[in-house]
Amino acid sequence: MAHTSNANDRQASIKSIWKTFWILLIVTMVEVGLAFLHLYTGFPGKLLLNSIFIGLTIVKAFFIVAEFMHLGHEVRNLIMTILFPLLLFVWFIVAFLADGDSWKNMRKDLAPGTPVKKEAPAHAPAHH
Amino acid sequence: MDNAVTAKKKWWNGGHSPFSVSYGKLMMWYFLISDAFTFGALLIAYGTQRFMAEAWPDPNVVFHSFPFMGHANLPLVFVSLMTFILIMSSVTMVLAVNAGHYMDRKSVIKWLSLTIVGGIMFLGCQAWEWTHLHEVGAWWGRNPFLNADGSAPLSTNFTDFFFTITGFHGLHVTSGVVLNIIVLANVIKGTYEHRGHYEMVEKVGLYWHFVDLVWVFVFTCFYLL
Repeated sequence: MAHTSNANDRQASIKSIWKTFWILLIVTMVEVGLAFLHLYTGFPGKLLLNSIFIGLTIVKAFFIVAEFMHLGHEVRNLIMTILFPLLLFVWFIVAFLADGDSWKNMRKDLAPGTPVKKEAPAHAPAHH
Repeated sequence: MDNAVTAKKKWWNGGHSPFSVSYGKLMMWYFLISDAFTFGALLIAYGTQRFMAEAWPDPNVVFHSFPFMGHANLPLVFVSLMTFILIMSSVTMVLAVNAGHYMDRKSVIKWLSLTIVGGIMFLGCQAWEWTHLHEVGAWWGRNPFLNADGSAPLSTNFTDFFFTITGFHGLHVTSGVVLNIIVLANVIKGTYEHRGHYEMVEKVGLYWHFVDLVWVFVFTCFYLL
């Protein structure tokens, strides 16, 4: 609202909008490129690849929120009010994915016929 | 109201907005936080199911088609196009908001119209994708895709989550397009020119960017990972 009608100002802001567009486009192209690279060569490995994808997704989210939604240019109070509640996602993601993994292991280990009866570890030396 | 940012400003002593933003924009932000948790819950539920499953379909095999390309194997290409369309419409939206700051009605009309076109194109792409997947036998409760390790489907979780989450996102795009059309009609009528500011364009802009933001996560979770 506080903008003054200044042609230079306007040119500069439009330029920064297009800059953000190119960043988003290039990051997306890198993601797709890496996916194809993995498809044809198996490199990079699945774990590394997924880590890169999640990292680049957060980079894109940052630019959309900070530039397009203008949050990067708001006052600190507002930025903190909006970003702090989102920290709940950290717990949310870790807890639920760990829970899913634990369920999978339980179902595997407790399915009929499992666990395979182990020989009694008669003289297993206790080395922890 | 004095909203100038100075070094020693006492933000919470009253006399001005501590957020330096209008009521309407603040409430839009609060709504978007709650919506972020809704989408977050859906995506994390999807992740939990995926972690729970012993096998899961390979997205590069499931999503490999492109309109009018027959049986050509083109993984990721179509969804990349959809992503590009949505990013592009986010850019035209932010350009409309920018033009609104300078009370440039003609430019607002141009950019907002292009945003609506982008939204409709995205929805068209999604309609095609859903139709195609439906034709190959996928739907809620029906999962025809073999798992990545070649085993038969264990559950319909994959298709259930796919249609629910992309459908919920598509619903957001649809309501965004409707809101944009309403605001565009007001811009053309001169409502905001008369009001003295184009803040409504900013508010629907925030919503529209949020829809783009959600797509960034949907794209990663369903098509890349």
